[in-house]
Amino acid sequence: MSSDPAVRCSDVTLSYRRHPAVHHLSGSFAAGSFTAIAGPNGAGKSTLLKGIVGLIRPDAGTIALEGVRRSDIAYLPQQSALDRGFPMRVVELAAMGLWRRFGPFRRMGGAAMRDVEAALETVGLSGFEDRSVGSLSGGQFQRALFARLLLQDSRLILLDEPFTAIDARTTEVLLDLVCRWHREGRTVIAVLHDFDLVREYIPQTLLLAREQVAWGPTETVLTEENLARSRRMQEAFEDDAELCKRPAA
Amino acid sequence: MSVYDLLIAPFADFGFMRRALVGCVALSLSGAPIGVFLILRRMSLMGDVMAHAILPGAAIGFLLSGFSLFAMTTGGVIAGLLVALGAGAIARSTPLKEDASFAAFYLVSLGLGVLIVSMKGSNIDLLHVLFGNVLALDDAALILIASIATITLLALALVYRLLVAECFDPGFLKSVGGSGGLVHFLFLTLVVLNLVGGFNALGTLMVVGLIILPAASSSFWGETILGQIVAAAVIGILSSFVGLVLSYQADLPSSPAIILTAGAIHAGSILAGPRGSYLARAFRPRHLRG
Repeated sequence: MSSDPAVRCSDVTLSYRRHPAVHHLSGSFAAGSFTAIAGPNGAGKSTLLKGIVGLIRPDAGTIALEGVRRSDIAYLPQQSALDRGFPMRVVELAAMGLWRRFGPFRRMGGAAMRDVEAALETVGLSGFEDRSVGSLSGGQFQRALFARLLLQDSRLILLDEPFTAIDARTTEVLLDLVCRWHREGRTVIAVLHDFDLVREYIPQTLLLAREQVAWGPTETVLTEENLARSRRMQEAFEDDAELCKRPAA
Repeated sequence: MSVYDLLIAPFADFGFMRRALVGCVALSLSGAPIGVFLILRRMSLMGDVMAHAILPGAAIGFLLSGFSLFAMTTGGVIAGLLVALGAGAIARSTPLKEDASFAAFYLVSLGLGVLIVSMKGSNIDLLHVLFGNVLALDDAALILIASIATITLLALALVYRLLVAECFDPGFLKSVGGSGGLVHFLFLTLVVLNLVGGFNALGTLMVVGLIILPAASSSFWGETILGQIVAAAVIGILSSFVGLVLSYQADLPSSPAIILTAGAIHAGSILAGPRGSYLARAFRPRHLRG
């Protein structure tokens, strides 16, 4: 068993569509930590996740992984990045999570299919195996993607807005699953919008507005002062910036 | 006129009709998965672009050695791949969007192709290249079409999982270390091969119809990719058969007859296919849609 994975960023600058989106970020996601990445829209949160998983190369600086290979990271993309009407069965979507074991060519046998069924049961999609992905609601689609994450069985899990546009019951089930991963010692990094949810469940927070605003224990990061500062910094980058919803006092 | 006279006799009596049908069936079989994946990758217009792109290559082959199957095929494949690579490279290295880059390439290709064919041949030759001559398929052309169909189906079966992953979630494939670029290029190569195989039968412009129309119709019939591929193949074969019969009985040019039949089936699918058509939606309770 390898040591728990950590992610170390040193002076990282990342661009999205040729525009710099994250500037000079330095710091570490510690092994076994559970960190929320929060900040205004366009703050570079998703870009940072893409940088860690290797979909974008840093323009400057390095993102070093310890205790995990880049190809072993489990990454949940934003739901809006995927075609929800794709003609694929639920079981096929979840089974993509076994890629590391079976790759593109090897045949998945009965044992693998039982693993897939177990993962679907964990996310509450038993009986949906043969349904087409297009027939799922937003919440059910997200559950299927979480079944894929489960099957990837990764020590480092990156989630991009896992609970956006999802019904409350699904959020509860999936959040429970994420907290379980944290208890199992996996390193979890999640981009999140809902400050209340972050305050209640997530120990560490990185507040981002193109640059690091604050990074550390959630209660010391998500202060009114820091949030106001993050909004000012973001507006300085783009005049027509949309604001995240104002956090409850 | 009996059913036999109407539907069977043309094929029983004439070898060229049988050859035309065999060629179109082979094209339909390999064109079906190609078309379905083109549509899933939102590249349905790319088929058209590539079809135009192979024209100057085929024309140069024609210029050098007349109606030589080998020369025209090789020229077509080379030109098609050059345009695919060139347009892709320009889109990546300049601010020009990929569709605009492809459009520029294929418009130039079309002009170049027509110019080259006109330099040597007559208008009849040009029409043959543009619209094909399915009723004059010789052994070599049939073997070429059948070989391309075989290669296509085998290659797609081999990379099926990769291709599906690349279509649905390219980020996932990249994150697990799969090479999306390689899959994409292999797929484009298969597209070019099928277009080249088809242009002897249906012509460079019409062959796209037999690839895209059945695939576009298939999403109204099949719920999974495999289901859609099977539906597209059946629709392609049916269009070929009905189109050839129409062409024979009503003395119509065969390529347009086949494509228009596929178009009629497409219209029927939009109106009354079992999935997502106007009819299906009218009879389905609203709450079942997410």
